[in-house]
Amino acid sequence: MSYNPIDFPVKVNLDKCIADKGCTVCINACPLDVLAIDLSTGKAVMKYDECWFCLPCEKDCPTQAIHVDIPYLLR
Amino acid sequence: MNTVEIKTDVLVIGGGTAGPMAAIKAKQKNPELKVLLLEKANVKRSGAISMGMDGLNNAVIPGYATPEQYVREITVANDGIVNQKTLFAYAENSFSMIEELDSWGVKFEKDENGDYAVKKVHHMGTYVLPMPEGHDIKKVLYRKLKQTRINITNRLVATRVLTNADGRVARALAFDCRSGAYMVIRAKAVILCTGAAGRLGLPASGYMFGTYENPTNAGDGYSMAYHAGAELSGIECFQINPLIKDYNGPACAYVTGPMGGYTVNAQGERFIESDYWSGQMMQEFYQELAGGKGPVFLKVNHLAEETIANIETILHSNERPSRGRFHEGRGTDYRQDMVEMHISEIGLCSGHSASGVWVNERAETTVAGLYAAGDLACVPHNYMLGAFVYGRLAGESAAEYCATAELGEVNEVQVEAERERIFAPLTRQHGRAPAQVEYKLRRLVNDYLQPPKVARRMELGLARFAEIRADLEQMTASNPHELMRAAEVSFILDCAEMAASASLFRTESRWGLYHYRQDFPEAGGGEWQVHVQVKKSPTGDMTVFKRPLEPYLAPPEATEQYSYQHLRIKSEAAST
Repeated sequence: MSYNPIDFPVKVNLDKCIADKGCTVCINACPLDVLAIDLSTGKAVMKYDECWFCLPCEKDCPTQAIHVDIPYLLR
Repeated sequence: MNTVEIKTDVLVIGGGTAGPMAAIKAKQKNPELKVLLLEKANVKRSGAISMGMDGLNNAVIPGYATPEQYVREITVANDGIVNQKTLFAYAENSFSMIEELDSWGVKFEKDENGDYAVKKVHHMGTYVLPMPEGHDIKKVLYRKLKQTRINITNRLVATRVLTNADGRVARALAFDCRSGAYMVIRAKAVILCTGAAGRLGLPASGYMFGTYENPTNAGDGYSMAYHAGAELSGIECFQINPLIKDYNGPACAYVTGPMGGYTVNAQGERFIESDYWSGQMMQEFYQELAGGKGPVFLKVNHLAEETIANIETILHSNERPSRGRFHEGRGTDYRQDMVEMHISEIGLCSGHSASGVWVNERAETTVAGLYAAGDLACVPHNYMLGAFVYGRLAGESAAEYCATAELGEVNEVQVEAERERIFAPLTRQHGRAPAQVEYKLRRLVNDYLQPPKVARRMELGLARFAEIRADLEQMTASNPHELMRAAEVSFILDCAEMAASASLFRTESRWGLYHYRQDFPEAGGGEWQVHVQVKKSPTGDMTVFKRPLEPYLAPPEATEQYSYQHLRIKSEAAST
């Protein structure tokens, strides 16, 4: 898109996220497959701004590391 | 890219609502069969009910409704254009499906005697069964899939279903949106359960994934059925919904209605008698805006605190649970404020309206070995429970078909051609981003197809869609995820062209706003008491033609026939 998407809806708390210990719950849950492991931190990160704000990632996270914001454009 | 070959008896494409049921029922019908459930996301959290569902909109429960009564109501609600045999197949199997889901652990609302607590929302009959604890429904389905030993593959994007020389289903082609592997699946029967074409119009917010339907559902099955040579029906009967403005989720008059909530204009006045979604209801919504009485709101602020708290609990924990934080962000409190609504962008969805792949009462499409169920199968207004019932019918029909069918052969040239078509964006160094092509395509859908419809606009739309088709050859992708988005653009484009072609063909107005033709504002006579079918001709052209209605098995009574034509509240209309 013509704008730079800097405010992704899915926020991951890096202190709580245990993706670096092998957890992939949120990455597996996402219907749009927009979450991935950030290779620099080993933690989960929203890689594509293609979010339905449906919340399985947040609800299923075993450490409550995720918060999903309503995307800015429709907030 | 490496190729993986898989052999199965029954292939179910789509693991949301209808798909798991189809897979379970095929396997239960014949445990010897190999049944494979293929899902684009992950079966645990995929499809329209990824976060659960807050109720059944169309439960036919003894004591509240009869199949005949339900069939008559949906016949009228869908302006007469129904195959009543398919509606009966739903209605007659509705109650046993509720009982079966109940036995699996799905929770429905019951009264103090343990009976189902059915509510009235429709214009005539009583069919709504709330599910205040419906958030676990996907977990229940997943448990049942595991118990039934269904093979599941996640993150596969199916793109085409191929037939053999006799026109029977023989292959499905797919790719892995993570590894990029090409999947060639040999199957005797394929059941399409890929949901609505929910990414057709562009939401007014401009956020491409801020759709009403789960945006994973890009119309994949509509496109696959079309290219397999199946008939599609009622495509001109668009899905247009009254939604929460910008959030684009349901305001949910079905949940709030039985508790005393309703839809009002800016003056806080009711203007429609029934909040049940129909084209006629949307037409009144549209008229209210056009008449300067908008915006339209959902009103619950007159209700008692405990009722509002109950509404909040249900609406903020089910189906679209992020709704609560949307309202919070704008400072909307149901106790003081009404919820601003708007008219959604268009989609295709037989769950809500009628556009879908043509099926008979056995969930068979017009292609041998190809079945369809759920939002993409043309069984008007069939909603979630219809997806389960038709999932069952499709699974059982496919299992029976497999008893005599052999694995078919296809011309391998087609398999290679599809590989080239699908993977081409990965080979292009320069080109257009799929997201940009999709944005433009869906903006054009809004510009040229959003009702009210008029021929010249739709013809221009078709010309612009043809330009987008050329742009498909320019798309580039740097990984399998982007490749998935590129494949979806071609699904969306097929749906857009079908939507325009079917709408141009039906030169009358019908279904209220869903097919309101400004150049043909009146309902046509008997010549339009027909289905409009779309099909790919053997030469590859899109053909549109009439299919006669089957005689009604339960003709609507004279008093019922026009009830959906008079949804505007009469006293209010008289005072204006």
